[in-house]
This record gives sequence, structure tokens and C-alpha cells, in this order.
Amino acid sequence: MTKASKRASYIALIAASAFAVAANAGPDEDSLTINGETEIVTETAAPDHLSDAFDTIYSGWRFRTDETQALEMDDFDNPGMLTVDAAMEAYATVEGSAGESCQGCHEGVENFEGLTATMPKVDEETGKLVTMEDVINECRTERMGADAWKWSGNEMQGMVALIGLQSRGMPMNVAIDGPAAPFWEQGKEMYYTRYGQLELSCANCHEDNYGNMIRADHLSQGQTNGFPTYRLKQAKLISKHNRFRGCIRDTRAETFAEGSDEFRALELYVASRGNGLSVETPAVRQ
Amino acid sequence: MNLSRRDTLFLGAGAALAATLPMPAMADAVADAISAFTGGADVAEGGVDIDAPEIAENGNTVPIGVSAEGAESIMVLATGNPTPAVATFTFGPLAASQAGSTRIRLAKTQDVVAVAKMSDGSFKQASATVKVTIGGCGG
Amino acid sequence: MASGVKPRVKVPKSASAGEAITIKTLISHPMESGQRKDGDGNPIPRSIINHFTCTFNGETVIDVKMEPAISTNPYFEFEATVPESGTFEFTWQDDDGSTYTESKEITVG
Repeated sequence: MTKASKRASYIALIAASAFAVAANAGPDEDSLTINGETEIVTETAAPDHLSDAFDTIYSGWRFRTDETQALEMDDFDNPGMLTVDAAMEAYATVEGSAGESCQGCHEGVENFEGLTATMPKVDEETGKLVTMEDVINECRTERMGADAWKWSGNEMQGMVALIGLQSRGMPMNVAIDGPAAPFWEQGKEMYYTRYGQLELSCANCHEDNYGNMIRADHLSQGQTNGFPTYRLKQAKLISKHNRFRGCIRDTRAETFAEGSDEFRALELYVASRGNGLSVETPAVRQ
Repeated sequence: MNLSRRDTLFLGAGAALAATLPMPAMADAVADAISAFTGGADVAEGGVDIDAPEIAENGNTVPIGVSAEGAESIMVLATGNPTPAVATFTFGPLAASQAGSTRIRLAKTQDVVAVAKMSDGSFKQASATVKVTIGGCGG
Repeated sequence: MASGVKPRVKVPKSASAGEAITIKTLISHPMESGQRKDGDGNPIPRSIINHFTCTFNGETVIDVKMEPAISTNPYFEFEATVPESGTFEFTWQDDDGSTYTESKEITVG
């Protein structure tokens, strides 16, 4: 066996043996109601475009242990709400050369109800695919005369979560046709592309093996309806692009950047795989 | 791979050494913390409840609760952490129960120990094992 | 003072005399353990909240000595008895000498 082919077969062995069937394979049967009042859809029929892959889609919440699940069932217990509280203060704070705050133009944050369920979307004027982070930074730099926020920083992700919270419980419903179609196709192409030395695509884990274990991790369907999500590992709100980067890095690949057009397209495609699940941010995961 | 008997013995000895070496140091730190708390008094087993998950998905945030009816204070130790001390709860006259919950860091699978100082000056303790899983996906 | 430290406290607005009520507290704080190293391999110095207390009308409910093994954004849950209407005072003491406080009124009827 040549050195190269030996290495290739070794890597294939790692990839093949990485997945193990969990004793508690699959999602659990729990249902999620937050603060005893907001019902969250954590299981629903897969959207039509996924009919070849799934019958049913599940929120990542259904793959977590009871202790992790409990952290999301009451907003007081949810550590992500600390960052959302800070964002609520920032929302009302005047910043930048124009002397404006978010509240000055948009009034109550509840006016954002429904927006997150449709994001990311194509901006009609520019024809660009825009995420919530883009919308927030455009407001800051163009209207407020303030500095752009860092994509995955606490200020930005707190604000993304605060705006998302206004849609909590509403079904995700991103557009995939019309001007969104080329971006969606690009994202889909990425989802099924094997990256890195381990040659793993998003689909290898989150479509082919959800419910199974990859080492000690119970794989979910990789849904994004709970993002920004408070991740216990980092003990902060994590952006979708940060999680994409982590996943691709774990395949031992050079990753795309947070805020890149590639990740915008992937964000749209992954969001569309969750059409029908409730907006759940700020979720809590392991 | 073929292992000779000698190799196997060698590997076994190495593993045994690795498994036992840190133990006295760790046990000492836990014993020291307990005797500092008790002043060297005897500690009875039981009479303290520890509410902890059997398996923690992430060792960074593990919810635990301790309670001991009639306790003045409860010390919590994580026996497998670099330093075992976690927290000491002291209950005042307006505590409705001698119980408290928090979220703690556990570096690996280990025993959590709770030692209660009772109002009569006696001590009780209990322990619970928490398995800490190290995820496949570092994030 | 660690930046952006914010306490949150959950206490019922009213109770009956002698009733056991549940109190929850959460405070934003990194709880840097002193065990970690930065990108250059230098130890990151410890910076934690080391003490938490809750009193009611000046009398102690609970007092917690905290170590670096307490998670980021420290959370506590415990029970208090309220003999009369009054004020809960909560304090968190930081390694750097800062003190964070919060108070909550409760009506006993």
C-alpha cells in the first residue's frame, strides 16, 4: 500500500467509525413551552423541497439532555437572556454621529415581530442576499453614523437575538424562489459538498446521521431556528456563521469567513430546511 | 499490530502508573478541604442530598443542587477538578430550607462531594458521580 | 470592575407571612478561572465573583463563598421565609474589589 493510499484508507476508517448509534437514537419525545406560555414547534412536516431527505424536521432542542433542555424553558434560567437584556439597553441608546438610537426610528422593538422568520432575504433594491447582521450594521453605519459591530460579538448577536425574540414561536418561512433562488442553489450545493481532510459534508452528519452519536455528541438535524443560541461550551450567544465555521473546521478544512457571501448563501439554504419550525432564539445548546 | 508479552506488560504498567499517579495528590486536596471545613471531626455518610445529572452534555455548565435539613452550611467539592473547591453555602435564619442550586464547571467525569455542617456541630457528607462527555464537535 | 456586569433577580411581588418563597439570581460575569492560557501560552489571571449574599430587612437568608468552579454567568436558586413586608438585598463581590447590588421589595399581606 502506498503512503498516500494508506492515509486515504485511514481517513476513511475514521470517517466510517466516527458515527455510532446512540442508545437513545433520534430525537426525544419532549415538548417545549417557554415560560409556561409560548409554545414552540420542535417537530413538523419537512418542507416540500426536502421530501427526498426527510419526512419530519426537528429542532435541535429535541436532541439535548433534560438538563440542557430545562435551561431554555424559562427565560430567567436562560443565560442567553443576559445578552438580550444588554441589547435592549443598546436598542434605546443614542450612538453615532447622527444622534440616533434604534428606538428613535423603529420605536418599540416589538415592531420587528415576524421579520426573523423571513431572514435571510434578498434586498429588493440591491439584489443582494442580506442577513439580520447585515441589516443591523447597515442601520448603524448608514443611518446612525456609528461603527459596524463585529459579526459574532456580544453586541451584534444580542441584537440579532433581541429582534428574533419578537418572532419567537412563529414558523420559519424564508423565501427560496424568485430572486432568492440562485443564492438558495449555491447554499444547497455547499450543503452537499464534502469539505476537509475528513471529507464530510453538512449532509453526512445532519441528514444521514442525525440522532446518532459522533464521538460524544448527539447529532441533530443542524437546524438554525434557535440561533443565535447560547452554547454552554462557549458560555455566550453563538452566531449561525460561527457555528458553520466550527463545523467546517472540524472536517479539517480551511473555512469560509463569518459574514462571507458563501455563508450567507448557506444560511439561507439551512434556514429553508427548517421552514415550519418555530423561531426559538435565544435557544440553549450544549 | 502484534504486541509481545513484554510490550503488553510495559503498556499495562504505563497505564496503571498514569491511572494511579495523580490520585494521592487529588485525594489529599479533597481530604485537606474537608478537614479544613470540619476541623478534623468525624463525618457521617448520608443525610445530604445532591441533585446532579448522571451525564452532563458539557462540563462547562452543570446544574447541581445540594440540601441537608438542619444544616448551618454545606461545602461542595468537585474531586476531579484542578482545585476541588466549588462553593460553600451558609444558611441564615431566614432561609426557608437548607438548600441551594447553582451551575458548576467539571473538568472531567468525577464525583461531586457535599459536606454539611449541622446545627449540633456534627458533619455529614454525600457524593454523586457525574459523567462529563467531551463532544465530537469542538465549536 | 469587569465590564457590563448585570444582575438579574427573580422574587415574587407578594407572599403570605412565613411562606417559603423561591428566589433565583443570575449575573453576567465571565468567571475567568485562572486555569486558562491565552493564545501565546500565558496564563489568564483569575477574575471571578467570590462571594454572594442575600439578606431580608438586614437578616441573612444565604451567603455563598464562590470558587472558580462556578460557571460563567453565576446562577443561584434558594428559598427564603418572609416574616413581614420588606426588602431583599443582593450583593456580589468581585475579585477586583467591585460590589454589584440589587434589591427587591416584597409585600406580605
